[in-house]
Amino acid sequence: MTPLLQVENISKYYGRRMGCADVWFDLYPGEVMGIVGESGSGKSTLLNCLAGQLTPDSGAVRFDTRADGLRDTVTMEEPERRMLGRTDWAFVHQNARDGLRMNVSAGGNVGERLMAVNARHYGKIRNAALDWLDRVEISADRIDDRPTAFSGGMQQRLQIARNLVTGPRLVFMDEPTGGLDVSVQARLLDLLRGLVRQMNLSAIIVTHDLAVVRLLADRLMVMKDGRVIETGLTDQVLDDPQHAYTQLLVSSVLQV
Amino acid sequence: MIRTENLAKSFTLHNQGSAEIRVISGASFTVAPGECVALVGASGAGKSTLMRMIYGNYLTASGRILVGGVDVASAAPREIILLRRRTLGYVSQFLRVVPRVPTLDVVAEPLLVNDTPHDDALAQAKTLLERLKIPQQLWSLSPTTFSGGEQQRVNIARGFVYPYPALLLDEPTASLDPANRATVLDLITEAKARDAAIIGIFHDDAVRRAVCDRELDVTLFTPEIVA
Repeated sequence: MTPLLQVENISKYYGRRMGCADVWFDLYPGEVMGIVGESGSGKSTLLNCLAGQLTPDSGAVRFDTRADGLRDTVTMEEPERRMLGRTDWAFVHQNARDGLRMNVSAGGNVGERLMAVNARHYGKIRNAALDWLDRVEISADRIDDRPTAFSGGMQQRLQIARNLVTGPRLVFMDEPTGGLDVSVQARLLDLLRGLVRQMNLSAIIVTHDLAVVRLLADRLMVMKDGRVIETGLTDQVLDDPQHAYTQLLVSSVLQV
Repeated sequence: MIRTENLAKSFTLHNQGSAEIRVISGASFTVAPGECVALVGASGAGKSTLMRMIYGNYLTASGRILVGGVDVASAAPREIILLRRRTLGYVSQFLRVVPRVPTLDVVAEPLLVNDTPHDDALAQAKTLLERLKIPQQLWSLSPTTFSGGEQQRVNIARGFVYPYPALLLDEPTASLDPANRATVLDLITEAKARDAAIIGIFHDDAVRRAVCDRELDVTLFTPEIVA
């Protein structure tokens, strides 16, 4: 099987300071990978390099494009990379405000991404928006409201709808449940898990919440000081951690 | 169906003076289709560890674990995920689910991920929940708020709803009343009849005698204590 994403030796430096270094992995269709580590461990830098939002200093990020198979997105032309960002990729930000247009209606936020891939029929776009609002459990009568009138959990669900409406194959998520109430988190996790299954999505989820990766991720990568120190099946890494830092991380979680 | 060759396992506790604890060495055994083997040995002898190694939940230091032709000890994560979906079931002592998902969906999930039609999967899940005496008014609720015994029965239903060719059972009857224990024994007997290879940990002697074909003493695999 061809991997959907092939990451080869990615490094990114901020001046002389290392963001992340020597990262390698393959992600297969339908796989969900979690990246955990403390603040400053390089996980967000890595995610941004993979999603084309930062240019790595070295290495290749090959994506299995529909037309031409594996292509290096680091060296690809900007318009082509942006097209991927609108179609096959989705990026769910921690802060929904970074992923939404706050002064455009909920329906408009979802429809806009469709128009970016050349949907023009107003009725069809509105119906797609309604369908997606329903799937993320936002009631239809809120379609004309702006996200500023939404709660944090609703904004996050709207961001997910906006991202998934074009049927992407790979979703990047940066702390998707960060800053939300635990009850809202549970609902969002349940929603994400269902969507990942139904759409056979591949996803890379950056988080510092080990409970989130246990529920969502098949595989786990643990980062510290910019480097990957441990990888494996999620439950194996969490239940039988090998590296000293992972052991510390797992044993530091407060039991509820 | 399940074959292990010369397994070894140790835990290194880096944050506790790098203590190295050797728990298993030289474990070699096979379990044939239709056979139920009980792991026995004192508490701490490594029964659960061995079971978790077979499931890929614990890393194996050396040796091979072949389940349906896949070597769990060296397989990539996605191969283990596929093995767990299609071949290897595990009834653990603890239920771990996403909050908010109804019990019926939790139980039907192993069928759904194997492409069983939705209605069919739900019907089979209902049958099992009925057999395990989970009251119907609980089916639409998340099992996270259930009692310990109810959660365990949901876990059992989940483990038996799909006909896994290999099954690992960690104390499946631990907190059950006699009627439910009898149901679980029936389920195990039915699984054997369809040629599932089963490895179990059963503290209840009567249960073990009723379903197990032989016992495997894991203390045979406990390494010599080195000072």
